[in-house]
Amino acid sequence: MTAQILSEGFKDAARDGAHAFRAILTAMARPGTIATLQAASGPAPISPAAATVLLTLCDRTTPLHLAGAHDNPELRDWIAFHCASPFVSAENATFALGDWAALQPVDRFGIGTPEYPDRAATLIVDRHDFDAAPTRLTGPGIRDTATLALPEARAFAANHGLFPLGWDAILTSGSRLAALPRSTEIS
Amino acid sequence: MSDQAYNFAYLDEGTKRMIRRAILKGIAVPGYQVPFASREMPMPYGWGTGGVQVTAAVLTPGDVLKVIDQGADDTTNAVSIRKFFQRTAGVATTERTNEATMIQTRHRIPETPLTGDQILVYQVPIPEPMRFLEPRETETRRIHALADYGLMQVRLYEDIARHGEIATSYAYPVEVAGRYVMDPSPIPKFDNPKLDDCPAIQLFGAGREQRIYALPPYTHVRSLDFEDHPFTASKADHACAICGSGTSYLDEVITDDAGGRMFVCSDTDYCAQNAKGGA
Amino acid sequence: MYVAVKGGERAIDAAHAWLDRSRRGPVDQPVLDTAQIRDQMGLAVTRVMAEGSLYDPDLAALAIKQACGDLIEAIFLIRAYRTTLPRFGASIPIDTAAMRLKRRVSATFKDAPGGQILGPTFDYTHRLLDFRLMADGELPTEPLAEGGETESAATPHVLSFLNRDGLIEDAAPDETPPADLTREPMELPADRTLRLQALARGDEGFLLGLAYSTQRGYARNHAFVGELRIGMVAVEMDIPELGFAIEIGEIEVTECETVNQFKGSRSEPAQFTRGYGLTFGQTERKALAMALVDRALRWEELGEEDQGAPAQDQEFVLSHCDNIQATGFLEHIKLPHYVDFQAELELVRRLRAGLSDQDEDAA
Repeated sequence: MTAQILSEGFKDAARDGAHAFRAILTAMARPGTIATLQAASGPAPISPAAATVLLTLCDRTTPLHLAGAHDNPELRDWIAFHCASPFVSAENATFALGDWAALQPVDRFGIGTPEYPDRAATLIVDRHDFDAAPTRLTGPGIRDTATLALPEARAFAANHGLFPLGWDAILTSGSRLAALPRSTEIS
Repeated sequence: MSDQAYNFAYLDEGTKRMIRRAILKGIAVPGYQVPFASREMPMPYGWGTGGVQVTAAVLTPGDVLKVIDQGADDTTNAVSIRKFFQRTAGVATTERTNEATMIQTRHRIPETPLTGDQILVYQVPIPEPMRFLEPRETETRRIHALADYGLMQVRLYEDIARHGEIATSYAYPVEVAGRYVMDPSPIPKFDNPKLDDCPAIQLFGAGREQRIYALPPYTHVRSLDFEDHPFTASKADHACAICGSGTSYLDEVITDDAGGRMFVCSDTDYCAQNAKGGA
Repeated sequence: MYVAVKGGERAIDAAHAWLDRSRRGPVDQPVLDTAQIRDQMGLAVTRVMAEGSLYDPDLAALAIKQACGDLIEAIFLIRAYRTTLPRFGASIPIDTAAMRLKRRVSATFKDAPGGQILGPTFDYTHRLLDFRLMADGELPTEPLAEGGETESAATPHVLSFLNRDGLIEDAAPDETPPADLTREPMELPADRTLRLQALARGDEGFLLGLAYSTQRGYARNHAFVGELRIGMVAVEMDIPELGFAIEIGEIEVTECETVNQFKGSRSEPAQFTRGYGLTFGQTERKALAMALVDRALRWEELGEEDQGAPAQDQEFVLSHCDNIQATGFLEHIKLPHYVDFQAELELVRRLRAGLSDQDEDAA
């Protein structure tokens, strides 16, 4: 086990986790809000924000799908050590981590069932371009309207069309984080 | 200083992660009750174990916590829960609504309007709004899946037919973002309008019933009613005997054995500030 | 002046101090030792372990002492403690056929290999208060009969003999990991593993009443005690680093298998069916009741008729068998409800006013 794998987790699991969760909660509850999050860092290409999300939300009970460049031995070892999440296919994932392109097609991911809409995947879209052209958002969590750069507005609009089913997304890059729940309308 | 024998905010990190995931799904599907593996807490079911678990999972060391029961900070159960978090999380506490970053409540929404920097956590005894019309969880789950809320409409209409109005005075059902019918916990229906378009995040925890649900800020929350019988928020038609407020929710207090009574604010912080002229 | 509910903090502290004093009782009496509770109130201890879902006689004894003998309160203390314990993994299934028996009775066969072992039972005692226990606390101990109080070696289950003839439903091993309602929220309908877990933790009195109701005709299922056994079993755990299982301890359990009449259905031939109960410690009333309720809950998989009996209704049974949930919600109505009551007062006054308006209109 390399030193890099052992280090760069939370220094204080309870307090770091509490601050990180509050940032994620705020982002999910207020779509369009961009939070700063960098309590952990992992092997490339994972961003500090995405690494912090994994440490905050994932463990041995949450099957995780790694997509594209994020599916590499160093990152797998780091996740195995810090989270112990089982690695699974996209269809069986509670969480998925990768670039937007690598996560395609996104209709592979769980959207929940009418009886249990909560049993849906959360996509961690890493290396997101926060500076791309913003999209206008409305819906719960948003006073009037908000804006946020999205990797592909149409895919998010289609996902919202499934409401109350659908996956939810956390967008990360560097130490920045935003979230887009399925409840958000894209216009 | 927090008690070193316990993890920060009592719960172990695995339990917090499980609750945090449930909260996020609750936020993503406003008004839907997310099942969660509620833990046995060191206070009894019915005393706010759901609210305590949600607060424990959301609390950060920098938070300022306020705990109210029946609107009051000094009721025994509010005191007990506040002490629990002082001891296990070492967080600052307050009785002032506008100083708090997190508020755990049982049965009331504070009179002082909430802000976008606050999170309100409700203790919920029976999260299922359809429970007393249909006791079976298997059946109510189907009702929510199909948004088949006719049973509720019928019941409310029967009230009007029999009593001339909807005879529900607390835990008055609401429709969230045009989709799920939700139990707002046993707040008086006087408080229902405060649920709507609220700048704060509102989280609901039902420990014994193992459910968490949420209202993101600025969510549209409509109290169920009929066009010809619109919802009305009601309260005792008096002013507070202490601060004189004519707009806050009142408790009726019996003052002697000759039927004497007075009406005072249920929200003790609001009353104290209003009496000082500062609210 | 308005003084209601003020001073909550001082009131709580004073109440706790009073409780501590009343627990101790008169100080001229010797204090009760938890070892005495553990060793002389053993059946209370095992009930607390069974329903508290934690096998630790010393902690159960402590909980009973702290709860002043209120067993549901003691179970609550154990449950609350249990949630704080980290989980390292699951043991491999215990082998009750390898049990060192202290009691083993069958009501279906006069004798079977291994024989009947009465063990320490109340069954044939005359329920006469024994005032000698009050006088000096000691009873003359009878000399033990030959072979008494020794535990027997591994003995096969009685029902395995019926099984050989195909007269009883086969209970094949199932490698599917059982559900765990302490880690996942209960999902209905629940499979049998989840039901058995809920029943094993469930309130003895609640299960007793339900089991009794089946005997009186509310989903009667003609139960015989095929076998009731009590004794010690080894708990083994696979250690991945070692590549094999090692024994990590021994626990006492009570196991009850009932044999139930079954006339057959369209898909199944007539044969005997089983109900199953397994609990920590010497808790045979609970294990018996559990087996009867388990059997009643199996109506659907056996193609039996839904008689609408409470013991057949899994949602009813599983939602209400946990005494910690039940007592919490029952007792919480002691907490203040001024706000809701006030709302109801206003409503009732308004409805009455409306009614008298109508009366005036009518008059």
